Order: sequence, then structure tokens, then C-alpha cells
Amino acid sequence: MKFASRLVSFDPAPGDRFRPISTPIYQTATFEQEHADAFGEYDYSRSGNPTRSVLEKHLALLENGTRGFAFASGMAAISTVTKLLRNGDDILADSDLYGGTCRLFSKVLDRTGITARYADACDLDRFEQQIAPKTRLVYIESPTNPLLRVVDIRRIAALAHSHGAILCVDNSTMSPYLQNPLDLGADIVLHSATKFLCGHHDVTAGAIVVNDPSLADKIYFMQNAEGNALGPFDSFLLLRGIKTLKLRLDCQQRNAETIAKFLLSHKEVMRVFYPGLAENPGYELQRSQARGSGAVLSFTTGSAEVSKAIAEHAKLFRITVSFGSINSSISLPGHMSHASVPPEVLAQRDLPQDLVRISVGIEDEEDLIADLEQALHLATRRTCLAVE
Amino acid sequence: MTIHVLKDSTIAIHGGRSLDSHASSILFPLYQTSTFVHDAVGVDKGFSYSRVTNPTVDALEKALGALEGTPPAVCFRTGMAAVTTLFLAVLKSGDHAIISDVVYGGTMRLFREILDNLGIAASFVDSSDPGNVEAAVTPRTRIVFIETPGNPTLKLTDIEAVAQITRRHSILLAVDNTFLTPILQKPLGLGADISVLSTTKYIDGHNATVGGSIATRDEQLRERLCLIRKTIGTTQAPFEAWLTLQGMKTLPVRLRLHCEGASLIACWLENHPAVAKVYYPGLDSFPQKALAGMQQRSPGAMIAFELKAGVDATFRALNSVQLCSRAESLGGLETLIAHPSSTTHADLDPELRRSLGISDGLIRLSVGLEAPQDIIADLEQAFAAANCGAIQEEVSNEIR
Repeated sequence: MKFASRLVSFDPAPGDRFRPISTPIYQTATFEQEHADAFGEYDYSRSGNPTRSVLEKHLALLENGTRGFAFASGMAAISTVTKLLRNGDDILADSDLYGGTCRLFSKVLDRTGITARYADACDLDRFEQQIAPKTRLVYIESPTNPLLRVVDIRRIAALAHSHGAILCVDNSTMSPYLQNPLDLGADIVLHSATKFLCGHHDVTAGAIVVNDPSLADKIYFMQNAEGNALGPFDSFLLLRGIKTLKLRLDCQQRNAETIAKFLLSHKEVMRVFYPGLAENPGYELQRSQARGSGAVLSFTTGSAEVSKAIAEHAKLFRITVSFGSINSSISLPGHMSHASVPPEVLAQRDLPQDLVRISVGIEDEEDLIADLEQALHLATRRTCLAVE
Repeated sequence: MTIHVLKDSTIAIHGGRSLDSHASSILFPLYQTSTFVHDAVGVDKGFSYSRVTNPTVDALEKALGALEGTPPAVCFRTGMAAVTTLFLAVLKSGDHAIISDVVYGGTMRLFREILDNLGIAASFVDSSDPGNVEAAVTPRTRIVFIETPGNPTLKLTDIEAVAQITRRHSILLAVDNTFLTPILQKPLGLGADISVLSTTKYIDGHNATVGGSIATRDEQLRERLCLIRKTIGTTQAPFEAWLTLQGMKTLPVRLRLHCEGASLIACWLENHPAVAKVYYPGLDSFPQKALAGMQQRSPGAMIAFELKAGVDATFRALNSVQLCSRAESLGGLETLIAHPSSTTHADLDPELRRSLGISDGLIRLSVGLEAPQDIIADLEQAFAAANCGAIQEEVSNEIR
């Protein structure tokens, strides 16, 4: 079955006597048991909930995995993966990571005796040299946020496995429609489902999908023990959002490609980071492991001042953190989503202060380009006047 | 001018209304959004991303803080998420915590299966004797976490006495106040630093949500909890916060009825020939009745009891109830009947379970808002159906 069909053809309510086409919201904390000494399928919503179960099964199918898990946020999902480690273990991560992930690795895990180190995963030899005997988890995003660097998932997986580590891939910038890391050898695929999976900025959620049953059991244990699973209402909204994933992303990606080319040809733009451009160093690799380049891109202007002014003059692109929604958004990662990266980690990575990240929505592409054009015009004119 | 201090039943309704919507809606709106538009780069209106904080969650936090007598509480996806975040906020590798031995099974599991892997140690002590807490303090102890009344045997801990010990050693004292809520017991007023609630229970009160809350007067600790919460992503969701905010408005009224019913049912159970033992802090037979009278405004609405007829009959009785629901959780409108040793405390070592008084014959009752007479009638028919009363006669017949 093709992806578009898989998105909508799933059992929305297994066993339900009314056969609804939309999944019922089981907004309940607990479930009555038929017997005092034998539990039914559900006993307590922290441990399991029918609405969440439908979502979790669907997520697993879409990522070509066997078990899926829905969490209260992407960070709750990431935090759960780190609980597979113990005191003394080590994480090796790519150097271009979401700021919140860096904060978790460097500000919370270090207190529990788990080390996190960062290396450029695009340089496979140097990355491999950084793997230590204690490295249990290799952690990457691809394309990365916010520089859209493409990491070779197949080769990083092989490398991690040859050193006895597991590979976790944050697939938030792609969604299961464009890339399936488990098929490329990853052990865990993870999403901030707040982004493309939800697509409407109305849910904060996270997702994990795995194939290995023992890994799945451990993740389930922690989801229940730490109590960070997604609620029933949010599970329903996410299920609804996912149905239009392909429609949305096809449109967003088309718009993003047009905008990337527009930016590339614009005289005030210095560099454009988007793997869908033939000029991008990750172009071929992206084509070999994903089915598209997504709808997030970033660019520099040579001046942090100008970049800030562009964000503030843009009207359709609204200043928000997060990405992947039907609404276009614009942000300055160095000042917003990545402001939480500890300075010592920031020093290691090449995060330009004039970097502008945009997430392209489903508005009309002509309107989006006109908006960027006027924002670029006003921003550069204003800063020129200020210089004079 | 004298300042009129509002009563709890008023605060429960008006505590969450400090923020008003543009439309002057009587109810606070549900902000079902993940992100917020910024006025300019780095300039927002106090809300940027819902994992960090959300206006509806914020309204609930203000309401809970008003009840607790603290700055806004910090709300979490579940009670366990609250406990997990608290421990990760105050403990690091090599640190030590002291926990009441009679405590929710999930809190024990968190230490044994997760925090232990991170090099964080815990001692489980019988905190009903504060001397045991004092004796367990080590130079690495950072927090004492007690649950009173304890789940499920309702064993009490003297909050004020333990607070004197923790203050002397400069250790934090956290009290899980889920069984009573700030309406019936004010841990912070008794010297504790932190009040923890599973809002799933009485606060929501309708079995509609799962959630957790932490309240403290320590602004630095509150900030740290918020930092860890946004980092590990355990924030409560807006819809759950909205439902909880609605539910908690009737908390004082519900609790009054819950407690009235529980008191009647506890007396009835104690006088019933099939019942061996009843644990309820309002009964004269309850060894810590005086302590309950001192630190609680009411004995609460949770009861535990054992039948004379043993484990098999206990299961038969549990399987024969018709009005009461066999379900985990507590504090809702529906009366729930549970078997702690196979449910809430199933993950514990059987030996340990028995030593804590959680026998395989122990039944936990969360008294709901049905008419107490109907609950009593249901229990009566369940005891009869399980032959709980008849067994003794059979035995005496044999002897004869």
C-alpha cells in the first residue's frame, strides 16, 4: 500500500461496538476490571489508554517498526531514550543538535554520571575516533536542526553497531513520510510529534518507534514508571493531524524548494542551507536515504542585525519557535531555539549568529516569496540607513 | 483596614481566575496550542512554547498555588512525572533520599529501577517514628519524601516532627499529600518545604485526567523544577489542565461528602462480623487517631480493611461487588475498590509487602459520592456472595 493510503487506512477503534470512523477519546484516568485478580487490557491511563494505543500502533506502522510510543513532548521521548543508559555510560552525539537536547545531555545527564560528547557526524572517520568503550548511545538528527546538514544514517548505524552502541535518530525534520531511519539501520527513531506529524501547532507530543522487542519493553517500562505518556485528547488530535501528513508536506516541500531557489538568487542572502538544492553538499546523500528534503531551511545574510530585521518585518512568516506546521514560521536559532545550548558546547559548533531558520507552510508560494522579498528589502534598507 | 482572608471553598473557585481572557469568559480558555507568536526576536508575552509553559496550565498552577498558600504550583503530565522531575531536580549521582516505607508502589519502583541506575540511593524507613528518619540521615541525604496518610495502610507520619529533623540537617522535606489535598492537610504550614499531589485523584475528582503538581515557597527550587520540567518535557497538557481546573472548583464540597460517607462506612465495616480489621484515621481503634486530629482537618475518605475469611474469600468478595468498581486510582466520584498487593503495590517484593502490612487480604476502598447506604448494601451483598460471614459457621459446625 502506498504511503497516502497507509496514512488513513488503519483501524481507528479496535473492538469498538459502534465502529466509529474517528477514534473515540477515552478521557479517563482508570478502567474498571472484570476480576479482582486478572487485569483487562487497560487498567490505568498512565500505563495504557485505548486512544493512545491506536496512535502508537499507527506510528509504529508508519515508521516501519514494531512498537510505537507516544509521549507528552519530544523532550520526554528523548529523556526516556537516555534512561536506557546508566551511571558511567557515554553518549556520542552529532554536533548540530536541537538546543533542548543539548541542555538535557549537558545539564541534566551529567548530574547522573552519564557523559555526552559531540562530534561532527558528517566526518565519519573523526566521528568514529570519538566513540569510546563506554559509548552506549549514538545520537543524531538528519537533516540536522538548524543547519540542515545531512548525516549518512546507514554508515553511522554500522559504525555504532561495530562498537556495541545503539543508534537513535531524531527524524523530526523529515517525518516518516520522507525518511524511515529504522530501514537505514537505526535502532530507535524518535520525533517531536509537535512538528510535521501534528502539523497544526495544536499539540505538544513526542514519539518513539523501535523494532527490537527488548528495547520496546524497556521503553514501555519507563514510559509507565516515569509517567510521561501522551494524554488521550492530544493523542486524538495527533491521529487527526497525521491523516493529512502527505498532503501538507507535499505542498510545504514544493513551497520550500521554490523559496530556497529564490533565496539562493537573492543578492542580500549569503548562504542557503537546504539539502534539496543541487549545490548543497548533502544533496546526493539526501536523495539516497530520504524521499525529499522537507520544508525547513535556513540562510545567512552576513549580519545578525539584518537577520533580526528580516524576522521582524516578515508578516506571513511569524516569529515562533518550533517548525513543521501549516503556518510558515521564522526564527533566529542562535537567539531562540538554540539559546539553551551551553556556551562550551556552542563554541564547538558552527552556529552562525546571522542564521535565519524558516519553516515553510501551506500558504500560497507567491505570497510567501513576496513576504520574504519585502522583509529582505526593508531589513537591508533600514540597516543601510542606520549605517549612513 | 483589615484584610479579609478568603476561605478554601472560595479560593478553589476563584484561585484560577487571576488571568482573564480577552472575551471575559467566565471560564478560563483552553489554549490548545504548542507555540506562540513573538512580537520581535526574543520578545514574547510570557509564553513561547507550551512544553515550557502554557496559559491554561499557568491558570491551573495559580489556582493550586492559591490553595496551597504558595506561589503558583508546577504541574506535570502525571503524579509520577512530578515525582520523577522533583528527584532529578534535587538529586545527583552519589546523593541519598529518605522515603516513607508505606508509599505508593510507583515511587518505590522509580528508585529501585531507574534512579538507582543513575547512582542515586534511597533508604525506605518507617517514618511513623520520626527517630527512624533521623537515624537514616547521611551526609549525602538531600531530601526526605513522606506520604501521609500512607498508601494503602493509611499509616501517618508526624509532619511537624519530621520537619524539625530536616530543618536541623538542612535537608528538604517533601510530603505527598494526595490522600488529603491542601483542603484537609497543609504540609507547608506544618514545616514541609514541598507539597506533592497526584491531581488525578481528588483535585480533578472526576477520573477524567492524570496529572501531578508540586508546590513550594522556595522560589529557587520552583525555578529549578521548571528548568528540569522543560528539559525532560514532563509538562502538563492544556486540555488536562483545563479539565483539572474545572474539577478542582468543587474540591472542598466533594471532600466534605467523601469524608462523611467514608466515616459512616468505616464504622459499619468495623462493626461487621466478617471484617477482621479496619484502617481509618477517624476510628478510635486507629492507633494514630490523635495525630490525625492534630495535623489533618478530617480523617479523609480512604479506608483499608481485611476480611476474616482469608485471601480466597477476599477475591470472591472483590469479584462480587456491583456498585463499587474494581479499578486502580482513587479520589473520584465513583467508589473504587482495589486489591493493593496485586495492583498498586504489585511490583514490590512479597516479603517486603507483608512487612509493610499490605497483606494479600487487604482491600482498599476509595469512597465515592454515591449514597453511603448504597455502598454499604453493595459491600454487604458482596460479603454474603463470597460466603465471608458463613465460613466461621462452617468451621464451628465441623468442630461440633
